[in-house]
Amino acid sequence: MGERIIEGGIFLASLLAIVVLLGIVALLLRQGLPIFSYAPPWAFLFGTRWYPVSEPPTFGIAPFFVATLWVTAVATAVAVPVGVGCAAYLSEVARPAIRETVKPIIELLAGLPSVVMGFIGLLILSPLIQSMFNLNTGLSGLSAGIMLSLMSLPVIVTVSEDAMRAIPDDFRQAAYALGATKWEVVRYVAIPAALSGIAAAIMLGIGRAIGETMTVLMIAGGALAVPVTPTVPMMPMTAAIASGIGNAVRGGLQYQALFAIGLLLFLMTLAVNLVADTVLERQKRKFQR
Amino acid sequence: MYSRIITRKWLTLAIAALFVTAVVLAGCGATPNGNGNGDTLSFSITGSNTVQPLSVVWAEAFMNQRPEVSIAVSGPGSGVGIAALIDGTTGIAQSSRLIRQSEIDQAQANGINPYQITVAQDALAVVVHPSNPVTELTIAQLSAIYSGQITNWQELGGEDLPIVVLSRDTNSGTHVFFKETIVQMRGLPTEDKSLEYGPNVLFLPSTSAGINETAGNPRAIFYPGLAYVTADVQALAIKRTADGPDVLPSVETAKDGTYPVVRPLLYYTNGAPTGVIKDFIDYCLSPAGQAKVLEVGYVPVQ
Repeated sequence: MGERIIEGGIFLASLLAIVVLLGIVALLLRQGLPIFSYAPPWAFLFGTRWYPVSEPPTFGIAPFFVATLWVTAVATAVAVPVGVGCAAYLSEVARPAIRETVKPIIELLAGLPSVVMGFIGLLILSPLIQSMFNLNTGLSGLSAGIMLSLMSLPVIVTVSEDAMRAIPDDFRQAAYALGATKWEVVRYVAIPAALSGIAAAIMLGIGRAIGETMTVLMIAGGALAVPVTPTVPMMPMTAAIASGIGNAVRGGLQYQALFAIGLLLFLMTLAVNLVADTVLERQKRKFQR
Repeated sequence: MYSRIITRKWLTLAIAALFVTAVVLAGCGATPNGNGNGDTLSFSITGSNTVQPLSVVWAEAFMNQRPEVSIAVSGPGSGVGIAALIDGTTGIAQSSRLIRQSEIDQAQANGINPYQITVAQDALAVVVHPSNPVTELTIAQLSAIYSGQITNWQELGGEDLPIVVLSRDTNSGTHVFFKETIVQMRGLPTEDKSLEYGPNVLFLPSTSAGINETAGNPRAIFYPGLAYVTADVQALAIKRTADGPDVLPSVETAKDGTYPVVRPLLYYTNGAPTGVIKDFIDYCLSPAGQAKVLEVGYVPVQ
């Protein structure tokens, strides 16, 4: 009897998660889609002018979209080599004692509040970037991307390390028996065999970087021009929503436009997470015996 | 091992109990809050980040005189405050810009009747890095900087450096006021309502972020309220027209009307204030209340 109550409870809990997700999607669609009757989808997606409080308002989100791409690209370019290298070290080289100390510390990085990362970026990283690259201002996509890379590092390290450790030991032993060095094992055995797991880790890291808001709001600079390089100030999609939603009159055009950005953002992270999920599933099946 | 699981279970229970208590307590605290129609002894003030420090000082002084009253003050931005007034979730909306016609229509559709009271004035300073040789600008030059037509300090008599143009984001009443008064040059013969902030302008989430960047960047220019100007940045003298006098921002020059960038700081209530909200606003406008305005760094109303 008790068993059945618990079963029912767990079922309801999982149902609740699905209902909430569907509710959010419905809300995004309901609030966001009406903007397309004012601004046609192509003008909305490819327009480069965003003046929501002018008369008449114009809504073009190309600057935000490109900014999100830049920031995510920088974050990925920094986090992937470091993260995969770190995972290879932990899985293939480090003694168990070191692994057991280092891994929790890296995971702790995931627990740092994003506003703290924003502060660090504002006070330390952004002046450094400005003087290093001789920029007009350190508030740029580059600074934001580097801070984001620190935030997506934990998931990349953890998931890739798990993938490498899941490789059957026979593989390594066979390689060592053939006279391979540690580096050759990492390069020609561990990384190729765990590639789908690493790919999933990278995808999850990208998903984290796309959705992050507070850090990019604080240090990406918030300029409305379409950024041509990552070293200029820019406003990614999340920052655009956060810096506009407080002022938007409920149900007004700006409100609808911001919800439409949210919808696009949701679709992007959904796509990235779906790819990650599929790849991860494939990795799991690979070594099932 | 087993005992550890037991302890964890108790810990979880204890945390859950704490959480429930906190939620219940918060709920109790919130009930008498209401929307502050005047019959309650607690109400909230929300809106402008600029008016925020002033409202905090007034609220503290008023609560000292009337211990039974409780006032909650928050400052996410003028637009947020007016939106809260329209939704009926705040007693007073504090704002650093006039309410828009579209907002009045929205409010009336919700059965809310915005009532405007000018409680103080603020001078907007234009600040640069202390090492910047430029010491004065005309409104037309400022407009050209912020609309993206002038992009190098050399064109203004400074060094050969690009200008990093800093602004507040659209949540801010200061953003709108500065656009209308400076970028579009309201009241000048050159007024042009089609001018907008240029694409090179950086929109920052707070005034302190702008001050922070200006203090560390010799290429930056920013427009904080007078109360936010620190020794780390240098305020520029503003000329209304090229042949006019150059005036530095201060309480005196704002009060006598010679400084050109002065704006009213406003409270909006639902209809003319009554009850405790009226008492509070009467206090704000009293000589004692207006003395606090000077302490905070703003300009009293005449």
